Amino acid sequence: MLELKDITKAVGGATHIHPTSLVLERGSLNVLLGPTLSGKTTLMRLMAGLDKPTTGSVWFDGKDVTGLRVQDRSVAMVYQQFINYPALTVYENIASPMRVKGADTAAIDRAVKKAAELLKLTPYLDRTPLNLSGGQQQRTALARAIVKNASLVLLDEPLANLDYKLREELREELPKIFSESGAIFVYATTEPSEALLLGGNTATLSEGRITQFGRTIDVYRRPSDLLTARTFADPPLNTIALEKRGDGFAIGGKPVLPVPGHLKHMADGPMTIAFHPHHLAPAGRDDSAALTVRTAISEIAGSESFVHVEFEGNRWVMLTPGILDIEPDSEITVHVDTRHLMAFDAAGRAIGTAG
Amino acid sequence: MNKTWNNKAWFMVLPVLVLVAFSAAIPLMTVVNYSVQDTFGNNQFFWAGTAWFEDVLESDRFWEALGRNLMFSGIILAIEIPLGILIALNMPKKGIGVPVCLVLMALPLLIPWNVVGTIWQVFGRVDIGLLGRGLAALGINYNYVNNVFDAWATLIVMDVWHWTSLVVLLCYAGLVSIPEAYYQAAKIDGASRWAVFRYIQLPKMKRVLLIAFLLRFMDSFMIYTEPFVVTGGGPGNSTTFLSIDLVKMAIGQFDLGPAAAMSIIYFLIILLLSWIFYTVMTSGDETA
Repeated sequence: MLELKDITKAVGGATHIHPTSLVLERGSLNVLLGPTLSGKTTLMRLMAGLDKPTTGSVWFDGKDVTGLRVQDRSVAMVYQQFINYPALTVYENIASPMRVKGADTAAIDRAVKKAAELLKLTPYLDRTPLNLSGGQQQRTALARAIVKNASLVLLDEPLANLDYKLREELREELPKIFSESGAIFVYATTEPSEALLLGGNTATLSEGRITQFGRTIDVYRRPSDLLTARTFADPPLNTIALEKRGDGFAIGGKPVLPVPGHLKHMADGPMTIAFHPHHLAPAGRDDSAALTVRTAISEIAGSESFVHVEFEGNRWVMLTPGILDIEPDSEITVHVDTRHLMAFDAAGRAIGTAG
Repeated sequence: MNKTWNNKAWFMVLPVLVLVAFSAAIPLMTVVNYSVQDTFGNNQFFWAGTAWFEDVLESDRFWEALGRNLMFSGIILAIEIPLGILIALNMPKKGIGVPVCLVLMALPLLIPWNVVGTIWQVFGRVDIGLLGRGLAALGINYNYVNNVFDAWATLIVMDVWHWTSLVVLLCYAGLVSIPEAYYQAAKIDGASRWAVFRYIQLPKMKRVLLIAFLLRFMDSFMIYTEPFVVTGGGPGNSTTFLSIDLVKMAIGQFDLGPAAAMSIIYFLIILLLSWIFYTVMTSGDETA
């Protein structure tokens, strides 16, 4: 069990990590989700012991390890760049953590062969990393992390530099690869979809603060505040400032949306209503609300379309399957799936989310 | 099929051809010309065949000078390469120290050869030089004019002072290009300082080191100005390198034929050794 107790990190005058407490259980997969510069890497470095927290302490299995050097802890880390020893073969690269520990040759051979098998590297064991593709180089780095058999495995955007196909393939394999080791996994990513695909737990980060930590699906469905909801949305979350009046949401006294069942319990008053881009659609269900919006741009990405629309001065994105050919600057009718509306108060705290 | 020929393109490369002809090809051919003929001046030439080459290759003078060259280059490389790596490893990676170190390192490189020679010649003089007087005051009997060891030591120290910076700068360039993550990964692995050097820094510096090695070898093998200024090839013939001997032979004794033959042999040796070094040092690269 890894515990961060009120740790902070300041470099020079700038605070990189605000007071943060976090408890990660053994055998769990934990995603750190946040945009670039939100403090994911800094937090990982603190967990690993590469950096010392400015204040607070780090505990592992009930022991204070705050001052302990990284080489004296049981940590493995995989980076966004493909980091391997350039002059060593794949075999020696995978073997390197065990060699440092002074394991015997037979044990090393068994572990290396097993890891290579798992990561489909067996045919390349005699090559040097520079003669491998990017995907194979990263597999080598992952195999090194497996062989190390560490109790804390940190993966810092390991798939960011790989192409789409390889990323999908490795992302699927990763949880399986590490599942049997019983270690704590921490996986940093900027992509909400990656967090959802990996499952486990997610901590959303924004500007050096953990805004929420919990089961990935819970954080996604029931964000505790607007910041978390925004961090966990890609394309960006659609928001609008509305006033709840009985059974309807209104803007400037004009009713716009009906209040769905799960938000009926809220008191009347002004609030921010938010929903994900895929809950906006050109065609609706019976219980969805129709709105007239003005189109700005339409982007077609493979089998999906991103339509940027404007409603009462708010810029929204509609993410819809299929190729939608829409004229810019025209009026269209879109449907909001009101079952998924989220409501936040003036301070950004969640007052109503999906059940 | 009709192929149209347009020879106008040749005019495009003509300036380069003319330049190379005057700067390299014609002088080289002149040397070749001299090396196979005998002349007593007044434009009378007699065919000499390979006689001069045989003369040069059979003379002790040539082999002794070549031996001195190889020994000098060997010593220079053995000192400058490790020393350059060591300094580069200890140079700061960020902060105000970086520009300070870089400027300090670049300073010796900006000084012309003969000036370096003159500086050290005066510096080492036993009557007025700071080094010469200083060593004498310490009770060390130092005199580069009549002691072979002192003459060599002076030349070597001078070359190390002048050129180690080049190795440092090249190595430093190689070192700063290594991403920080490599060091982190090594730290997490618990790799020792030596392992980091051996398995990360050295492989990453390999290419620049090869360049540094070749540059320093070729340059030190062609050494001329420094011994010419400081020792004049002495004491005796102890610092008479190939280049010094060549000039003595060609201009001092006016033996143009043997000197030309020696030039060509000298040129071929440098070409051959450089090619061998390059082949050996790049053979480690796998191309699979």
